[in-house]
Amino acid sequence: MHAFEYVAPHSVDDAVTLLQESGDAQVLSGGTDLIPQMKEGRRRPPLVVDVKHIPELNELVYDPVEGLWLGAAVPCHRIVGNGAIARAYPGLVEAISLIGGIQIQGRATVGGNLCNASPAADSIPALIAHRAVCHIAGPKGPRTVPVEDFCTAPGETVLEPGELLVKIHVPAPPPNHGGAYQRFIPRNEMDIAVVGAGAALVLDERGQVIQQARIALGAVAPRPLFVEEAGAFLAGKPVSEEVLEEAARLAREAARPITDMRGTAAQRKHLSHVLTRRVLIQAVQRARGEEAGRRNGHV
Amino acid sequence: MSSKVMVSTHLNGQEVTFLCEPRQTLLEVLREELGLTGSKEGCGNGNCGACNVLLDGVLVNSCLVLAVETDGRTVTTIEGLTPPDRLLPLQQKFLEHAALQCGVCTPGFIVSAQALLEQNPQPTEGEVRRWLAGNLCRCTGYDKIVRAVLDTAQSLAGDPAQDSAKEVGR
Ligand code: FES
Ligand code: FES
Repeated sequence: MHAFEYVAPHSVDDAVTLLQESGDAQVLSGGTDLIPQMKEGRRRPPLVVDVKHIPELNELVYDPVEGLWLGAAVPCHRIVGNGAIARAYPGLVEAISLIGGIQIQGRATVGGNLCNASPAADSIPALIAHRAVCHIAGPKGPRTVPVEDFCTAPGETVLEPGELLVKIHVPAPPPNHGGAYQRFIPRNEMDIAVVGAGAALVLDERGQVIQQARIALGAVAPRPLFVEEAGAFLAGKPVSEEVLEEAARLAREAARPITDMRGTAAQRKHLSHVLTRRVLIQAVQRARGEEAGRRNGHV
Repeated sequence: MSSKVMVSTHLNGQEVTFLCEPRQTLLEVLREELGLTGSKEGCGNGNCGACNVLLDGVLVNSCLVLAVETDGRTVTTIEGLTPPDRLLPLQQKFLEHAALQCGVCTPGFIVSAQALLEQNPQPTEGEVRRWLAGNLCRCTGYDKIVRAVLDTAQSLAGDPAQDSAKEVGR
């Protein structure tokens, strides 16, 4: 690895000042993307700012009314190991649990998954489906950006020089809410999604009519793709096979995949359809409270 | 050229102070500065698990940790996890099941599997396979490793006297 300076500030303000002064500093949280990138010489920052000592970035608080506050430097294992959060947002926590194997879970963070801005990042479609919002600090003061607008291109985000992702807020799940995330990989574990699909929806109190729905796809566009029209189509419709099928078709249409070593564009189109239908069915089952024990993609 | 930084770490039960450059990984410092060569470098990029250690009790790849990050924290390597004069039940089962051939992956597997058994003493086969998915082995085909871990769990459950042997350092 190239030589660099290392600092570990203890406040958001100090981190912002350091990032602003240095210009091309890199933020280090879990390091599971940054350190390999530096080893390969793909990133050569003169300064690395370790944000794990900043209290706000380590916050992990769930409240049934306020929702979830997820600090940008909280490692995945803390989220996955929190029963209350896993019960409130099973779809989101499943997506987070798929980021790497156990030893990656010990270090990797959702904030890092967002800032690394891979089109195939597992947590991002689930965050979009769950209406998550990024809270950002910077030289011009704080601002918020919905997760669907955070990534702009592979490896690129809306963060301006000097800005720092501090935390992510996920609204509290309303009654009769269900969410799900599934991906296709050729192995059983530890792989990068060929396609990933996240969905979250709210049913009426009888569990028959979809009141609102959000769907997002991973690895089918230069950035995680919010398929707003598929969710809008579902709003107000009774749950039926045809209706879910039509939403899945809309997701397939929205997908703009490329062919690469992981899969062809045609395969990814097909997967967008199949996975969207599956996550919608699973989200409906969860909203109705009738799901039988499938967790973390394992039977 | 960045200058060296002083780092104090609670390593394998002892306070250890060392000098390192920010660009050095924990794995590099363990092996090359501190002489702890039990942790192996298989890939250097987080894919193989041969370098696994516990950082504040959490399983991590030491090739993906900067040594400077461990200042004030607790690091446990394979050397700290295994007694010098005898084998852990898990190590014994690795021998009995022939769960190693070249042995390069073995320290990483022992650190991972020991961490699993500490928090889940009776894992299912699926749980063992999922937990060890981040450890690669080019020789054994994994089955013997999985059987060794399951057999360890079974024998520890069947023999409460061995439970204390599970706690390292007693
Ligand atoms: S050497 Fe660290 S994971 Fe392979
Ligand atoms: S025994 Fe050779 S890599 Fe596992």
